[in-house]
Amino acid sequence: MAANTGTYLIRGASILGGEPADLLIRDGVIAETGTGLSAEDRAEDVTVIDASGLVALPGMVDVHTHLREPGREDAETVETGTRAAALGGYTAVHAMANSTPVADTAGVVEQVYTLGRTAGWVDVRPVGAVTVGLAGEQLAELGAMADSRARVRMFSDDGICVHDPVLMRRALEYVKAFDGVVAQHAQEPRLTAGAQMNEGEVSAVLGLAGWPAVAEESIIARDVLLAQHVGSRLHVCHVSTAGSVEIIRWAKERGINVTAEVTPHHLLLTDDLVRSYDPVFKVNPPLRTDADVQALRAGLADGTIDVVGTDHAPHPSEHKECEWAQAAMGMTGLETALSVVQHTMIETGLMTWADFARVTSTAAAKIGRLADQGRPLEAGEPANVILVDPAARWTVDPFRMATMGRNSPFKGRELPGKVVATFFKGHPTVLDGELNTPYPYADSTAGVA
Amino acid sequence: MKHLLSTENLSLANAIRILDTAEEMAAVGDREVKKLPALRGRTVVNLFFEDSTRTRISFEAAAKRLSADVINFAARGSSVSKGESLKDTAQTLSAMGADAVVIRHWASGAPHRLAATDWIDAAVINAGDGTHEHPTQALLDAFTMRRHWARLAGTGSEGADLKGMRVAIAGDVLHSRVARSNVWLLRTLGAEVTLVAPPTLLPIGVEKWPCKISYNMDETLEQGVDAVMMLRVQGERMNASFFPSTREYSRRWGFDDNRLKALDTLGMKDTIIMHPGPMNRGLEISAAAADSPRSTVLAQVRNGVSVRMAALYLLLSGDTREPAATPALAYAGTHSTKESN
Repeated sequence: MAANTGTYLIRGASILGGEPADLLIRDGVIAETGTGLSAEDRAEDVTVIDASGLVALPGMVDVHTHLREPGREDAETVETGTRAAALGGYTAVHAMANSTPVADTAGVVEQVYTLGRTAGWVDVRPVGAVTVGLAGEQLAELGAMADSRARVRMFSDDGICVHDPVLMRRALEYVKAFDGVVAQHAQEPRLTAGAQMNEGEVSAVLGLAGWPAVAEESIIARDVLLAQHVGSRLHVCHVSTAGSVEIIRWAKERGINVTAEVTPHHLLLTDDLVRSYDPVFKVNPPLRTDADVQALRAGLADGTIDVVGTDHAPHPSEHKECEWAQAAMGMTGLETALSVVQHTMIETGLMTWADFARVTSTAAAKIGRLADQGRPLEAGEPANVILVDPAARWTVDPFRMATMGRNSPFKGRELPGKVVATFFKGHPTVLDGELNTPYPYADSTAGVA
Repeated sequence: MKHLLSTENLSLANAIRILDTAEEMAAVGDREVKKLPALRGRTVVNLFFEDSTRTRISFEAAAKRLSADVINFAARGSSVSKGESLKDTAQTLSAMGADAVVIRHWASGAPHRLAATDWIDAAVINAGDGTHEHPTQALLDAFTMRRHWARLAGTGSEGADLKGMRVAIAGDVLHSRVARSNVWLLRTLGAEVTLVAPPTLLPIGVEKWPCKISYNMDETLEQGVDAVMMLRVQGERMNASFFPSTREYSRRWGFDDNRLKALDTLGMKDTIIMHPGPMNRGLEISAAAADSPRSTVLAQVRNGVSVRMAALYLLLSGDTREPAATPALAYAGTHSTKESN
């Protein structure tokens, strides 16, 4: 049952960056759309939101988030991570499986799912591990996770590559039974033993062990061929090289059922930043070259890359305030994704806001099989809607974020675009750019669906 | 110059200043009393996260000749091995009032982290970081080459560069901080560098470096060299298939007796053979080559103390704008004799 979430009249928002229109949100759905909708003559109280100058978009869906709970609550919790997500314009996130314990059983994915509902800021969709303990040796109980209350559809050993070709084949085949998808972290382990950064001109000078592009590309090439062979659905996490874009383009031309994601940081940052030896720029896969950045932008614009996934990876400060080689890999991203994509894709003329809706919401919901997310902004659709001020400019300050992670590589940068409001199931989790209240699930014992 | 972290960004003027100052320091080493009071009351910490007795005692001798108080902090057997972070170690040293930190670390970039953060407000000298840089080694190599080059030209070293000198650096460039620091510094000083190595031991991206690349030691020698610098090869590289066997490595890239003879045959009577030590005799360098009159191995060690004295002096004297040969140093020199008596 939908909770009573109130009635909101959004006036004059530019729908997907197009013509201004009004949206009436009531009982969790977009009840009416049109122009000149009136708040008066209605039985209930209506909160009117003047959205002139704002863009209305479907709530963003992240296919790749690390919420760290259970196990590393010193880095992030489901509560803090989903607050960050709501502020960033998200209404759904996929929580990666590399928690402690690993999300490789129905019990753990249900725990994460329940924590998500208790928090109430966004839909938390747990990702199940492909192999037991992410160890790459035997399949986890994928079916049990799929059948659990968490209804897992995406499976990934993210952080670690399913490098055994037989195991990868079996996983791809097996998830067909419940319309699942295997999200691969493409990294040939032998070619990247001890790797610290992109292998190239900069690593040569810095004396840091290289992470060659071929270690990603060779796995993607293998996996698209495996997906073709067994007729399965493959998703490639955080594509980072120009060569990977080429391979995925080739695979799609052949009708192979593959989707791919790119992170905001790979759309903007390059390995030149590593010259500082500041571990805030340490991430896996690593920051690449400008040629890679341009190829990733072109691939996202032309649909070769389907979605933006944040790979939001908060770490406690002691894991970054150390030597480069000692530092943990990963960057926060939930609260900067919209701005970075606007900066790199929209303000460069490569994309429209409608394209933005596709790569941050519609396509992502489709990959995760989320029926209520990534929907058109039309009457009768679930009210997962955000309002964005594209003219806003702000300077990134990691200490003013909701995430517990302070490891934002965009620290100090001025970026465009600000989320003004986030409606999750018709309830404003964010209003006036600030956190409002979580979605009031009708059942008092949140988690009982 | 607040820190000495790398040679990549070391200007020609600063490089020459360090080398010229090192010449003055070398003169101190020739005195009966090898001590100056220049850094009296200053504290130099040798912070070593990686074993290197040679480099540590070279820095220790340099600091002591300048009358600094020296603290040796070895990572092993200290709190670091109990899991203390670089940050906490640095803050501890800062609280103890270290004026300079000489850091050797197995992780590339660790000295940069000390210099870039607010963990410690001391001069940082990179004494070798991972496979990144070893600037004082390159400076002592350049010092050694410059003396040789000046002697051949019949001029003094002071103010001189290495224009026109042909230097071959041979061996495991991929894992060598010495090679990196030398390539940048020798470029700055005007020398022509050729790296000689198996392709497996050259980094991807090396083609952008300001030097020539060769896979053939004999061809490089035939084309003429004024200095050959042999790099140490770690035996464990063999297990990682960087080359098939130590014998094959030695035959193709080692400086063996045949190549020593070839220098004579080719008429290169003034070519010197260098090695940063410690040497693997019989692997990258033959015993005859190491012990020949061409070898500068021991001169390099001697010059290391002078160069490190110069670096410590220039960073800690606070006199970073004036030319090296300052009255203060001369003054300090006369005093030292008195005080030591």
